Amino acid sequence: MATIEKHSPATPSGAHHYLNHGKGLWSWLTTLDHKRIGVMYLFTVLTFFLVGGLLAIAIRIELFTPGRTIMDADTYNRVFTLHGAIMVFLVIIPAIPASLGNFILPMMLGAKDVAFPRLNLASYYIYITGAVVALTSLLFGGVDTGWTFYTPYSATAGIGVVYVLCGAFIAGFSSILTGLNFIVTIHKLRAEGQHWDRLPLFCWALYATSIIQVLATPVLAITLILLVFERLTHIGIFDASLGGDPILFQHFFWFYSHPAVYIMILPAMGVISEVIPVFSRKPIFGYKAIAWSSFGIALLAFLVWGHHLFVSGQSELANFIFSLLTIFVAVPTGIKVFSWVATLYKGSIHFKVPMLYALGFLELFTIGGLTGVFLAIVSINVHLTDTYFVIAHFHYVMVGGALMAFTGGIHYWYPKITGRLYDEASGVWAFIFVIVGFNLTFFPQFIVGAQGMPRRYWNYLPEFTTLNQLSTLGSFLLLAGFVWTAFYLWRGLKHGPLAGDNPWNSLTLEWQTPSPPPHDNFAIDPIVTDWPYAYRAENEK
Amino acid sequence: MANQPVTSAGHHHAHHFKSADHEFSAAKQGMWVFLVTEVLMIGGLFVAYAIFRGLYPDMFSAAHKFLNVKLGLTNTIILLTSSLTMLMGVSSAQRGDQKRSLKFLAVTFLCAIGFLVVKYIEYSHKFHDGLLPGANFTNTDPLLMHPKTPLFFSLYFMMTGIHAFHVIVGMGLIAWIMKRTAKGEFSPGYYTPVELVGFYWHFVDLVWIYLFPLLYLVG
Repeated sequence: MATIEKHSPATPSGAHHYLNHGKGLWSWLTTLDHKRIGVMYLFTVLTFFLVGGLLAIAIRIELFTPGRTIMDADTYNRVFTLHGAIMVFLVIIPAIPASLGNFILPMMLGAKDVAFPRLNLASYYIYITGAVVALTSLLFGGVDTGWTFYTPYSATAGIGVVYVLCGAFIAGFSSILTGLNFIVTIHKLRAEGQHWDRLPLFCWALYATSIIQVLATPVLAITLILLVFERLTHIGIFDASLGGDPILFQHFFWFYSHPAVYIMILPAMGVISEVIPVFSRKPIFGYKAIAWSSFGIALLAFLVWGHHLFVSGQSELANFIFSLLTIFVAVPTGIKVFSWVATLYKGSIHFKVPMLYALGFLELFTIGGLTGVFLAIVSINVHLTDTYFVIAHFHYVMVGGALMAFTGGIHYWYPKITGRLYDEASGVWAFIFVIVGFNLTFFPQFIVGAQGMPRRYWNYLPEFTTLNQLSTLGSFLLLAGFVWTAFYLWRGLKHGPLAGDNPWNSLTLEWQTPSPPPHDNFAIDPIVTDWPYAYRAENEK
Repeated sequence: MANQPVTSAGHHHAHHFKSADHEFSAAKQGMWVFLVTEVLMIGGLFVAYAIFRGLYPDMFSAAHKFLNVKLGLTNTIILLTSSLTMLMGVSSAQRGDQKRSLKFLAVTFLCAIGFLVVKYIEYSHKFHDGLLPGANFTNTDPLLMHPKTPLFFSLYFMMTGIHAFHVIVGMGLIAWIMKRTAKGEFSPGYYTPVELVGFYWHFVDLVWIYLFPLLYLVG
């Protein structure tokens, strides 16, 4: 158990805490407190999630019927590009690390803040700047290249693409700085007794994530700079007619963007590793295996980018090697999934909302992960490349995995952040809408994709109509679930019952201090004496 | 030096660190991680270089003759000298000799200016001769008949351009620590910014140490 030896004096709720430490908007905009920066990230990320989500709904409405439903082909191309770019660069990549990670990581370590608080605030404004620059593209006719910006098209597309590239470049630095900050924080700011083998698994996951952020994002940065120069002055590095190589762009792009997928999923796995033992009242199974498998995934992340290029003219040998390495990703991932399931086994399971999302994650992520193994096999991939099967696969991983865990994490730490409880019954109902809506949206896409419906078209053959209509119906259920979630979470901020300091009887350090936490996190520097997963059915209140 | 116990009169470490020493070690680690990101970023260009050099060795061999080795060598010497003076500046700061530190930092800054002047001369010469990246390439010298030649100059301008940008950022940083040194903000107990700018400057120097042979001496 992670204990604070000298118990801090019981602080009554409503006392001095981080939310009332400074007053007014200005105190928020200039704060160096990791908790407030985390909350600012959370609201910003959720705002972009709303925008990206509404664009997704627009896509689904357009695909409700073959041919034109509400928009023409050019508009459709711009809508799906914006949806992808916003969801990837502005929502899922920063979602868990920058919001929940910022808030929770230092507290889990027993620290007062991250190592570089000013850099932390700077990374928030860099993120905002990147978002503004990227959205400026809308004034210049939008972007229709897809979020992957493949050359040669992107090197000749409308000028809007330059703004999106610059925006992604800038937002990338925010991601790099967050990763840098977390690495140093984990190394340097662990409380007394918080040894590496007692570190909560969320911290391990964020550490592995940070390594990818720091090593992969700079490669995206140089790629985007080269592409901007390609577009503006035709330097020719990615242009075959000038001696360059458009495939080189794909290599560079995926050298970042494949690891980026693990930037999205590793923190999600960290959340799940916290939630499952708490609500099973059992010690986590395979602590070390879960911790180290994060690094296994981080390592493999850098060795598999070529599986995005199976049909791009890569050599047969390279295809074979990338295929094999990609299949290996299933090993550390499987270690995690089996460890979580083993934790559940004979546990005293409490079906609270965070746990529901964790179980939802297990279902959806397993489907997403296993279809990834299908796609790793070259012969199957050739058939499925650029079909809706791929769309369904990565939405199962990114929405079903990353966003499910993000939502579960928001519920799990909601009492920590706000000091209040949300309405549990509403949470359960919203979860049912989300899980049913999600499966209804994306499962038909596996089928329609396997039947040959290509991605990124506004139109489709009439025989795909039924499955597309089911998918659109599902997207509305999903929307309803998220809107309902936003509503009761918002309502809980003012009207929720007081949560108490530790409503879930968690053992990690962030719960051993008042909720909401005081400005300095802990009244007395904590001393850790045991690992944080010694749960037993009887240590419930 | 780094491992000496740090006790500072003027500087107060931030509330989340136990001591100034603790803060210093975190700052240094952060800078190392940042330099790793720089290596990866520049690394992208080196990979592009390696690929095209592997594909078109003859073209690289012909095109590199149009770079001015004398000017490149001059810049190499200038940057190596600046790394030495930066080192002296940092070690003076560590010992608390602010005046000496300021002098060495000033010499480092002048070296940076010298580097950029030489770079400007080189660039304007390339512009004049039409030795420009990609589609802007207009030189018609018979030695440059290889159709992929513009690519060499794309790499040349991107690599040296991004390096020059880092030199300019470094000048801003050196000016900043010079100002703080002049104000007497540093002491043997607190010189973190001087040390970290030093790290950065040596990195910029190191990149050039690779660029010079790869671009100017490649034949």
